[in-house]
Amino acid sequence: MAPAQRPDNTLSGGPSPWLPQKGTVVSRQRQTHDVITLGLEVPGTFSYHPGQFNMLYVHGVGEVPISISGHRTAENGHTVVFHTIKVVGNVTQALARLKKGESLGIRGPYGSAWPIETFAGNDLVLIAGGIGLAPLRPLFLHVLEHREAFGNVFLLYGARTPADIVFRRDLEQWRKRFDINIEVTVDHAWAGWYGNVGVVTKLVARAPFDPVHAVCYICGPEIMMWFTVQTLRERGVPDTNVFLSMERNMKCAIGFCGHCQYGPEFICKDGPVFPLPKIWKYLRIREL
Amino acid sequence: MEPKAYILARESFEALLQSLKSRGYTLIGPTIRDDVLWYAEIQSVEDFPIGWTDVQGPGQYRLQKQDRDTLFGFTVAANTWKSFLFPPRLLLWRSKRTENGIEFEQPTRSIPKLALIGVRACELAAIQVQDRVFLQQEFVDPEYQARREQAFILAVNCGTAAATCFCTSLGTGPKASNGYDLALTELPDGKRLLIEVGSEQGDEVIQDLPVHPAKPADLQEAEQVIQNTVSQITRELQTEGLQTFLYAQYENPHWDEVAKRCLTCGNCTLVCPTCFCSTVEDRSDLSGDLAERWRTWDSCFSLEFTYLHGGPIRTSAKARYRHWLLHKLATWIDQFGTLGCVGCGRCITWCPAGIDLTEEVRSLQRLAHREVDHAKS
Ligand SMILES: Cc1cc2nc3c(=O)[nH]c(=O)nc-3n(C[C@H](O)[C@H](O)[C@H](O)COP(=O)(O)OP(=O)(O)OC[C@H]3O[C@@H](n4cnc5c(N)ncnc54)[C@H](O)[C@@H]3O)c2cc1C
Ligand code: SF4
Ligand code: SF4
Ligand code: FES
Repeated sequence: MAPAQRPDNTLSGGPSPWLPQKGTVVSRQRQTHDVITLGLEVPGTFSYHPGQFNMLYVHGVGEVPISISGHRTAENGHTVVFHTIKVVGNVTQALARLKKGESLGIRGPYGSAWPIETFAGNDLVLIAGGIGLAPLRPLFLHVLEHREAFGNVFLLYGARTPADIVFRRDLEQWRKRFDINIEVTVDHAWAGWYGNVGVVTKLVARAPFDPVHAVCYICGPEIMMWFTVQTLRERGVPDTNVFLSMERNMKCAIGFCGHCQYGPEFICKDGPVFPLPKIWKYLRIREL
Repeated sequence: MEPKAYILARESFEALLQSLKSRGYTLIGPTIRDDVLWYAEIQSVEDFPIGWTDVQGPGQYRLQKQDRDTLFGFTVAANTWKSFLFPPRLLLWRSKRTENGIEFEQPTRSIPKLALIGVRACELAAIQVQDRVFLQQEFVDPEYQARREQAFILAVNCGTAAATCFCTSLGTGPKASNGYDLALTELPDGKRLLIEVGSEQGDEVIQDLPVHPAKPADLQEAEQVIQNTVSQITRELQTEGLQTFLYAQYENPHWDEVAKRCLTCGNCTLVCPTCFCSTVEDRSDLSGDLAERWRTWDSCFSLEFTYLHGGPIRTSAKARYRHWLLHKLATWIDQFGTLGCVGCGRCITWCPAGIDLTEEVRSLQRLAHREVDHAKS
């Protein structure tokens, strides 16, 4: 007997949600020794919300989730979607090796976004560790565009060393504005670095935002997010105003493969961005 | 409204199979392969394991010949119907290197029209669980959808239960209640089959057959068969409050104890009719111009399952068993509005260590209570 299904999905044999579309590399911008930003042109408009990600496929190599770090509309009306990729293994290395004009597979956007609309008037605190700045970048750009809608705005960013700082050019530009606070720290410094040294939680502890009315967006290694959450709680930021972007192995991004499960959540579709109260109890469980 | 019910003579069962065949269905039914019951393509009743029954227990499986010529005198096969609706290996798409860069293409294939012969109540419930996964979420799996929509389901109400069966605890069996085209009960005289109609397609097939309407006495006889099966079921899983209980057990010391026995072989997930996890494989030809992406079944018991650069998340056997059990009996409910277990007992039978989830739940409960008592005193 025919199965029960969602009424809007009655069409059978439709295009597979596993199938990527073609994207073309139109720009490559080296960020650090192991991070590169690829501009990928896709036909027509590409709408997404800050915090969402795409699955990028390299011919014959594999497919991995990469956050959308920005976009622009090309002269030909197509969209260039930016992805900032840290080389850690097979697929990311193959992505980083793609030359201008070469093509790849792209499907998305997937997942939840940083909630922002409901927080007009609040102080905003964006907290990033390492490559975690990538999914926060489009959020930050959005905030800059609608700057008057919010209270004080902070971007607190921690990198391993001065050489690991991504979006250097952006950071320099943004720093010139007087209506935002940008703080960068590194775990290990060397001669010539005049900035902060130490973990990002130090910046979180002392940034002059109003804890009760601050909304915090965090993306970075899990351990960094854990300590950041502790600091925010100590400062009295309500859990409901804290959002984290989580990461797990992903083979599909469409709720089928089961790999991204985190307790009852599927990080690919319920996340990657979660309000803290939704995952608070799982953050402490090892090997979840 | 009472479902329409008919009596079909046992010797006319072949006519039922042939009627389905003539309607273009490929028949998938029970056979014996390598000393186990196995669902596979069949041509006629000749392929049936007539008179055979199965003896199942934790880590144990044996076939036995009975002195009755039953068609369906056994319980669930070693494999599952999901093999046919959610194939273990499937080509998702191809990527071709051309002058204009890479091009993607979806394989065109004719999806077989399958008649699933002898689907048990618990297995039907499992198909409905997978329907929720593949058809009722944000995305729809078109491959599953195409197979599933065309499938004809001939359910069988169980005339016997294995020692591993616990459908009664989960309300999934031993009688199929909905979702079938036809449901059949073998009546005790071995000469008559009671057939209930569950869909229009089922009704059409019935029109081809030499049936006569079932009398109240026949229905009573069929009901007696079910009651008799219910009385054979000894295994139990207490589901009341189970989800809440399990969510509080992440740190229960019993997980360490299970981990000593669990071989993390993943058998329990491969034989489970509801498990849906998969992984992907990329292959290319020698020239590298043609690449293919395949989807294969995966198991949450493998280390690679949770790999992130730097290593897997669930490294210990404890974490993997905990994930599996909690998924089946707790998180599944949040994800899909139903339990991930239908009580078919396969994971108990096919676990080389004989680990029995119903027993593990009881152990967790015992230990949790002991801790509570401890805290009180
Ligand atoms: C929602 C989301 C957004 C992400 N955004 C970015 C981003 O903007 N920039 C960036 O550099 N990285 C991002 N990552 C991490 C990125 O997906 C991994 O670095 C990448 O999958 C590693 O693949 P690899 O083949 O190079 O590494 P290998 O170590 O060779 O990994 C082998 C396979 O394991 C899986 N895997 C390994 N690490 C991860 C991981 N961290 N997350 C998910 N799957 C993994 C992949 O399937 C990978 O192909 C994101 C991950 C997620 C889940
Ligand atoms: S679990 Fe119930 S429905 Fe399934 S085979 Fe056993 S008796 Fe039949
Ligand atoms: S968990 Fe075990 S008993 Fe439950 S449906 Fe799966 S194989 Fe059957
Ligand atoms: S990535 Fe496959 S289910 Fe989430």
